Amino acid sequence: MKQKIRIAAGQGFWGDLPDAPVRQVEGGPIDYLMLDYLAEVTMSIMQKQKARDPNAGYAKDFVPLMRRILPACVDRGIKVTANAGGVNVRGCADAVIAVARELGLGGKVRIGIVTGDDIMSRLDELLERGIELRNMDTGAPLSTVRDRIQSANAYLGAWPMVDALKQGAQIVITGRATDTGLTLAPMIYEFGWSNNDWNHLAAGTIAGHIIECGAQASGGNCQYEWRSIPNLADVGFPIVEASPDGTFVVTKHERTGGWIIIPSIKEQLVYEMGDPHEYITPDCVADFTTIHLEYEGRDRVRVYGIEGRPATEFLKVSISYSAGFKAVGTLVYAWPDAYDKAQAADRILRARLDRLGLKFEQVLTEFVGVSATHGPLAGRPSADIPEVQLRVGVRGPDRNAIERFTKEIAPLILTGPPAVTGFAGGRPKVEEIVAYWPALIPKEEITPVVEVLET
Amino acid sequence: MKVQLVKLAHARSGDKGDTANIGLIALQEELYPILVREVTAERVKQHFKGICHGDVERFELPNLGALNFLLHESLGGGGTLSLMTDAQGKTFSTALLRMEIELTDQEAADLPG
Repeated sequence: MKQKIRIAAGQGFWGDLPDAPVRQVEGGPIDYLMLDYLAEVTMSIMQKQKARDPNAGYAKDFVPLMRRILPACVDRGIKVTANAGGVNVRGCADAVIAVARELGLGGKVRIGIVTGDDIMSRLDELLERGIELRNMDTGAPLSTVRDRIQSANAYLGAWPMVDALKQGAQIVITGRATDTGLTLAPMIYEFGWSNNDWNHLAAGTIAGHIIECGAQASGGNCQYEWRSIPNLADVGFPIVEASPDGTFVVTKHERTGGWIIIPSIKEQLVYEMGDPHEYITPDCVADFTTIHLEYEGRDRVRVYGIEGRPATEFLKVSISYSAGFKAVGTLVYAWPDAYDKAQAADRILRARLDRLGLKFEQVLTEFVGVSATHGPLAGRPSADIPEVQLRVGVRGPDRNAIERFTKEIAPLILTGPPAVTGFAGGRPKVEEIVAYWPALIPKEEITPVVEVLET
Repeated sequence: MKVQLVKLAHARSGDKGDTANIGLIALQEELYPILVREVTAERVKQHFKGICHGDVERFELPNLGALNFLLHESLGGGGTLSLMTDAQGKTFSTALLRMEIELTDQEAADLPG
């Protein structure tokens, strides 16, 4: 058994720095590269892409990335775990297989795929059997949005990925798998942890949580002493050096920017945290109140003491549904009296919307530069404020009403308060809202499917 | 005397649906008990008046010298439904750091920086 493995984070979300995974592969020794592509509503975007083109529906960037790094991965035995498969895991794998062959690596690498997360076609059958898939936040039953659902996927954990690795896969591609599972799976596989080894599973899960947002653990978005953070232009993404006993060190490649310090790790630990006693994943329940941190050298933080408890009997399901339309328009008002002018423009705009008889679920006005982020906490701005951006958003079920709103912004320039600009982008775009519906499903309803494909 | 939280803590915030979470971390271990004493769920709810329309929950992480707050009904519906600039609650962290808390003269004298 290996006594240490290095798992590197390459993407914190779909659209993160394109070169980060390449730098993780080329910048020093690693054993695994984990790539998290799926935010909560990403699956619905992919579902739409697949509806238009049956070969689409996965994180397209993954394929050119593999073209760049696959030779080095094969050469050095680096394995990859990625939830890049979206709603078309097979299509993603086929594209990677084609790349492998083009690169002359056919037969030298196996691709593991994990499916079984997609329950879109089973929804009616599940609902009929009394599995209500109630919204975890609001308690509403799924039947209230049934006709507007665009995607439905259960979050799979680490174990199907472990199976794929055991069957010799070097690249493991999943659909809706948890971010944390992408990091935990290599540890289970390499260290032979068992499925009731709750403390170890919790440790691997927390390691995953620390690196799943990429550079947010290594100096990005770090509030602590932010001016002192070295060379963020060249920020090194985090790497977990894991040991069989469940302890691990968070670090990054040498000669990269950013930093790995206890405060940066703490900031990432509390990110998107709920009840710290129970961080629930398909694999275990991790207790964040048992985490201990200590320095083990420059840009090295050791994490130990983690305890976990048995996993629950449920998997989380991520459902997306169509929830109307929205549009946001902005204009910039300049000194003098910038804030007063922006407020006057808002009153004029609202009066016109009223007169048109347009109905919206919500109209939100924000004043960027004054109160858009901190609201009333920011206090009244200086009378001398150089400029204020008026930002008005509307949302509602009627696309025509939203469309009409978008035509009322630019006219304010010639028909409203003076010293106004900032409309180079043209009319605001009407966006369809795809909303997120979190629910739970009994674990026995979901059967992950693991296949290993030759190249 | 009154001191702004930014002198004692750093923070990171994020979202889960319409709930914002704020992790508040003591700049030094010795400051954590002051956070526990002063930054109660009630005070945070009051601080975010007009922003947080639901309950505020607080969780303690003495091992990290940190408190975690959940501010329910704070993100204009949350996720893609929200029309807010900060639909993900990313800047709730520094909004909390604006809060003023009461310190003894000795505690104020011992602050870092």
